[in-house]
Amino acid sequence: MAIPLIYNLRSVGKRWVSSIVAIAGIGGAVGVFIAMMAMARGFQATLVASGSVRNAMILRGGATSEMDSAIDRDQERTISDAPGIARDANGTPLVSAEVVCIASLPKKDTGTDANVQIRGVSPIVLQIRDVVKITEGRFFHPGVTELVVGRNVTLTIRGMNLGDKVKIGGREWDVVGVFDAGGSALDSEIWCDQPLLSQTFDRPENIFQSICARLQNPGTFQTVKDSLTSNPALTVDVMREVDFYTRQSQMITTVIHSLGFLVAIVMGIGAIFSALNTMYSAVSARAREVATLRALGFGGGSVVASFVLESLFISLIGGLVGALFALPVNGMTVSTINWQTFSHTAFAFQVTLPIVAMGIIFALFMGLVGGLMPAIRAARLPVAAALREL
Amino acid sequence: MVRVDGINNGDALIRVRDLDKTYRRGSEVIHVLQGLNLNVDRGEFVAFMGPSGSGKTTLLNLLGGLDVPSAGTITADGEQIEKMSGRKLAAWRARHVGFVFQMYNLLPVLTAFQNVELPLLLTKLSKSDRRRHVEMALSIVGLSDRMKHYPNQLSGGQEQRVAIARAIVADPTFLLCDEPTGDLDRKNGMEIIELLERLVAEHYKTVLMVTHDPIAANKAHQILHLEKGSLVEATKGN
Repeated sequence: MAIPLIYNLRSVGKRWVSSIVAIAGIGGAVGVFIAMMAMARGFQATLVASGSVRNAMILRGGATSEMDSAIDRDQERTISDAPGIARDANGTPLVSAEVVCIASLPKKDTGTDANVQIRGVSPIVLQIRDVVKITEGRFFHPGVTELVVGRNVTLTIRGMNLGDKVKIGGREWDVVGVFDAGGSALDSEIWCDQPLLSQTFDRPENIFQSICARLQNPGTFQTVKDSLTSNPALTVDVMREVDFYTRQSQMITTVIHSLGFLVAIVMGIGAIFSALNTMYSAVSARAREVATLRALGFGGGSVVASFVLESLFISLIGGLVGALFALPVNGMTVSTINWQTFSHTAFAFQVTLPIVAMGIIFALFMGLVGGLMPAIRAARLPVAAALREL
Repeated sequence: MVRVDGINNGDALIRVRDLDKTYRRGSEVIHVLQGLNLNVDRGEFVAFMGPSGSGKTTLLNLLGGLDVPSAGTITADGEQIEKMSGRKLAAWRARHVGFVFQMYNLLPVLTAFQNVELPLLLTKLSKSDRRRHVEMALSIVGLSDRMKHYPNQLSGGQEQRVAIARAIVADPTFLLCDEPTGDLDRKNGMEIIELLERLVAEHYKTVLMVTHDPIAANKAHQILHLEKGSLVEATKGN
């Protein structure tokens, strides 16, 4: 049987000052790690939530985002007639040909300008993007300079409340409605009538940047895709809307992940050294106790296991403390420029259970690395000499 | 019976032959033990005396398998230990040796009960059997009422008695006591010696004790002096 765990647990408590140093180091690294992962996760979730498996996004072939995509009117008609695309009660295809522009608008908190994405949509867009609900006011009337704004836009941009008038692209627009897109990236957008937006920003009248099409059901996606990609008159990329937004989130999430890992690794190395220091001093201070255990007949393996467990226990507390400190960022809303659309996207940090679990595993890894060498040293202490140490 | 002349006397419990132990200090070789012989029968109480640095503790460490000799053989209860691997030696110690140290060497974060239980964790005894053994060992040393006390809540004498309970709880073949009264006042020291005498007389234990204290040594059946790395028999009362 192994050296009783209670011996290690009580020893940690007895040497609490040095234990706290290691706990703080590991906790800090885990806290930063969890916060960064929660940020990446929040950003990704925000964008992914914008898409639906019931919708298909159609862009010019090879386009990486809506910004460098173009689809003309003829192509739009062909797309609308594709098999597998849903129609309303009147037989109108549920397709929204959209144009995306960027407007510089002052932020509420700092007064500095932020790039806000304005999406020119079809009047039937709410039947297609069913995640979007009008929560205040009403939807815009076609052909009228009216805007509906996302929830985050009213919160973060000046003069974007219901009833406000706002100047965009040389025209005065009325804010007639506020919509809730369920915490997705669409919440950071302003929507208006597509032909009017194209005119305002001097865009060609019959050119769109993307087509968002409602599928008859999620299973008809392949039919739509096959039909459009095999049509020689079209050069388009067809993807599920949810995949499109996942792709849109990739660059930023990769950057956040990379930065997160980098910071966590640097802090982790520091934390491992503090764990090493704590465990080496624990071994040194308890040399006589270790020698006594060896004299009683406990083997070297038991001593290694005992000190590694002690280090893991310290790191587990560190991990839990780090998670506890990172927890308040959960739900915290921040905004960033999405480099694929050049516009501000507000998103909330998401501290999920898998992220916390990853943080704890990271902590245990630091504990293992920080505890192993001192534990081996403990097992190799010369028993006879250590027994007489004071 | 205890002999130091290297002549076999039947079935001695401990048999040491031509034992050498040398240490290196820089280029200097220090011979601590040289050609040492010893036979100790079961149920003996032997005291080792000698000046500081004479090798008493070294001998005890070698007998307890905590150190390895430079030459010679050590046989205890029929097993030759000097060539055993570290793992085998640890298991052998757990089975055959009970240690009592000058500074008691109790683990400060464990209660008296938990300290005494430690050697039993290396056996296959069930939890209830372990409890029974620990309670019996603590009752032998007269500390049944101190089971839940931590070492810092006990006097020096009580701590040493807990250490003795720990040494006997797994019923080892022999006890090795390294100056067990060295850190105690006369009264407590004598209580410890009387306890060791009782273990020998009533429980037929074999005790090998290093001491500086002639009064403590006089309680042993046999006193052996370490001189120039070898043992010589001393007359009791000297």
